[in-house]
Amino acid sequence: MQPRMGVRGLSASARVARWNEIPLAPPDKILGIAEAFKEDSNPKKINLGVGAYRNNEGKPIIFPSVKNAERSLLETEVEKEYTGINGSKPFQSIVQNFIFNNSNKDAAGAKLIGGNRIVTAQTISGTGSLRVIADFLVRFNSAKKIYVPKPTWANHIAVFTDAGLDAEFYAYYDNNANDLDFANLTKSLEDADPESVVLLHACCHNPTGMDLTPEQWEVVLEIIQQKKLYPLIDMAYQGFASGNPYKDIGLIRRINQLVVEGKIPSYSLCQSFAKNMGLYGERTGSISIVTESPEQSKAIDSQLKKLIRPMYSSPPIHGSKIVETIFSNPELLESWLGDLDQVVGRLNTVRDKLYQKLDKTNYNWDHLTKQRGMFVYTGLSKEQMIALREKYSVYATEDGRFSISGINDSNVDYLANAINEVVRDFK
Amino acid sequence: MANSYFTEIQELPPDPLFGLKARYSKDTRTDKVDLGIGAYRDNNGKPWVLPAVQQAEAKLAKTPGYNHEYLGIAGYEPFVSSAAKIILNGDNKDVLERTVSVQTLSGTGSLHLAGLFLKKFYKGSNALYLSLPTWANHNQVFASIGFDVKSYPYWDNDTKSLDLNGFLNAIALAPPKSVFLLHACAHNPTGLDPTKEEWSKILEAMSKYDHLPLFDSAYQGFASGSLENDRFAIEAATSASSPIKSSPIIICQSFAKNCGMYGERVGALHIVLPKDLVDLKPAIKSQLNKIIRCEISNPPAYGAKVVALILEDKALYKQWTEDLQVMANRIKSMRVKLRDLLTNKYKTPGNWDHIVDQTGMFSFTGLNKDMVERLERNHGVYLVSSGRASVAGLNDSNVERVAQAIDEVVRFQSKL
Ligand SMILES: Cc1ncc(COP(=O)(O)O)c(C=O)c1O
Ligand SMILES: Cc1ncc(COP(=O)(O)O)c(C=O)c1O
Repeated sequence: MQPRMGVRGLSASARVARWNEIPLAPPDKILGIAEAFKEDSNPKKINLGVGAYRNNEGKPIIFPSVKNAERSLLETEVEKEYTGINGSKPFQSIVQNFIFNNSNKDAAGAKLIGGNRIVTAQTISGTGSLRVIADFLVRFNSAKKIYVPKPTWANHIAVFTDAGLDAEFYAYYDNNANDLDFANLTKSLEDADPESVVLLHACCHNPTGMDLTPEQWEVVLEIIQQKKLYPLIDMAYQGFASGNPYKDIGLIRRINQLVVEGKIPSYSLCQSFAKNMGLYGERTGSISIVTESPEQSKAIDSQLKKLIRPMYSSPPIHGSKIVETIFSNPELLESWLGDLDQVVGRLNTVRDKLYQKLDKTNYNWDHLTKQRGMFVYTGLSKEQMIALREKYSVYATEDGRFSISGINDSNVDYLANAINEVVRDFK
Repeated sequence: MANSYFTEIQELPPDPLFGLKARYSKDTRTDKVDLGIGAYRDNNGKPWVLPAVQQAEAKLAKTPGYNHEYLGIAGYEPFVSSAAKIILNGDNKDVLERTVSVQTLSGTGSLHLAGLFLKKFYKGSNALYLSLPTWANHNQVFASIGFDVKSYPYWDNDTKSLDLNGFLNAIALAPPKSVFLLHACAHNPTGLDPTKEEWSKILEAMSKYDHLPLFDSAYQGFASGSLENDRFAIEAATSASSPIKSSPIIICQSFAKNCGMYGERVGALHIVLPKDLVDLKPAIKSQLNKIIRCEISNPPAYGAKVVALILEDKALYKQWTEDLQVMANRIKSMRVKLRDLLTNKYKTPGNWDHIVDQTGMFSFTGLNKDMVERLERNHGVYLVSSGRASVAGLNDSNVERVAQAIDEVVRFQSKL
């Protein structure tokens, strides 16, 4: 069916003169899974493709804290004015305090905030912040290369290359061992072009769920200093590793220290409230650039505005107002931390349950217990994933990634059994 | 030794409008007046959340299944299709069937997306024409994408009316298949729109030289108070009887002003295809999605859900049309008051009828840069240096002061 929709039918010369070829762009993989899932009539079907949380009944939720914040907004909101180009000021300072000051526990971060060395802009969630920093780096960084882990979130490469960066992989994961490939990771970073950008997942690496230990980060940060790499940190799952967002930012604290010590001059952080506040569709996130001086902060702030103004003028306010409401009310803040802990708790419980029920005689499943976040990276082959879909109506991306939140008490047995079967069949 | 990044980076002056806002905020005079803002104010000078919006929000919160899930890449489908019907005339099935629509980050995001799409796939001229003058951001939106941005004459400063001949001349002289940005109504900053007869001449000429019309619709309902009247030019361009037969027509739609949803960023992009290009719809949609995915993944949900409710629910829709009239009428009455004060009470030198003839949120006062500066410095009355005043910033308690201040700066300068 696809070719018919392309430009084959174009014949009139007027059309040819007016347009370049407009081919049908490939559909988004995750959406393709959702479509196929919808059409499957098997009552036992399971969708493990979605990147959003589902409760034990398989339903989307609104965090109770978010619901309360929205209720109070509805009663008190008296305007829907434009925010600034870089977003709402209160939102910017909330993000800075939350992440860099870390409720007064990060002295180095506090010093950077106090010294006007952090520029924060509200963006179109995590994707928008990745896009803005990519556009910025294309303009102002000497090197145009960005190293991303292999594998990484599919859209990383699309966003970076579309902005004009040249994306290349660094080794990250050993598919045979189902483990971090730290030896090759360090080797490929040592071989990286100097002054390039290096993308680091702050925690809950997507898709593998496998993070570096503090000792391993230390080694990587050392290479970053030697090779003068520019660290770009993507933090889309803050709180999903430990259940506590204040605990999941060891990397950021350490790098703040290195900046204060003058060992790393600058880095950037892309942050999103999509997952940890369940604000997915409200597009709420930020970019923070830790700069070399307060003067440079001013210049960078003005350049970010110049980038954003012609793209979309200013960011959407509903999500940021929810964040502001939650952070300005200690009770709501407490309640949000509790909500997040519960969500992460359920994911971990389900992960354990699945692990318990998997047959370990044919396959070593120990990696499941080490992985963190919304996903399990099974290590199942493409053939096995296709068999899961065709024989058992279990839908997930063919790289073997399961979104854990699609698993619950009523389908975990069926799922474990299906996995055990395909592992046996394709041994 | 640590390296140093970004050594080339320089601080830029603030965006003029945001700079004005900052100066206004710092001003300690209690009777200061902000005529720079591009947002509606009620008669107390306060922002106004439309009753239709308040009701829609309350209803939305109670809707079963309300959530914050990701929208699809192209946005919230009920919003996108209702938005197309409101700007294109929902009764005209033929036009709707030829249209590809996606949700965007308000009007700016729509202009940006249209620009990216054209840049990638439009093989016509790389020249893109803007009215002189125009909304300040237009130039940056298209220049940043790599268009050769030019301008066409629009405002005749001597007669304070449309320079139709200059406009038509520019259409004739532009490279064929150029892109022309047209303000659908309530032209920003002049508040001056072509008449129906003038529109028909403009569209004839556009067709003759095979240009691509790109409509910017940021004020539908704000000019006349009627959504139908304010889409006149777009209907004329897209209907079966339009002279434009072979070019696609692009419409960038914003709900920022007419729904008072400024910061919620609600808008849409519509590409109306000529009959022989209709089979390109799926390919165009897929390419728009690809661009969106690489910039934002998917658009913000809340504002689109609120506006969709207003467009779909009969009672809310009726409330909205009433709200639009409240805004349009208040602005019209302020235009009349200001003109009357200047003409009758202060007998300010010059003719001030254009203030009443102009429509939409703005008046292009004709005050020059020096007068604007003196207004700000001596009187605490803030407007942008082009002399554009946001009429929405006027109200019963400040219009007299503003008239007096304008009178003073006009007389002051005539004495120099
Ligand atoms: C690693 C990673 N980064 C960034 C994002 C961006 O998400 P959003 O734009 O919804 O905040 C995601 C979302 O899935 C992600 O997995
Ligand atoms: C002529 C014109 N076009 C587009 C816009 C875009 O506004 P927004 O992005 O807020 O919808 C504006 C806003 O002032 C405008 O005046």
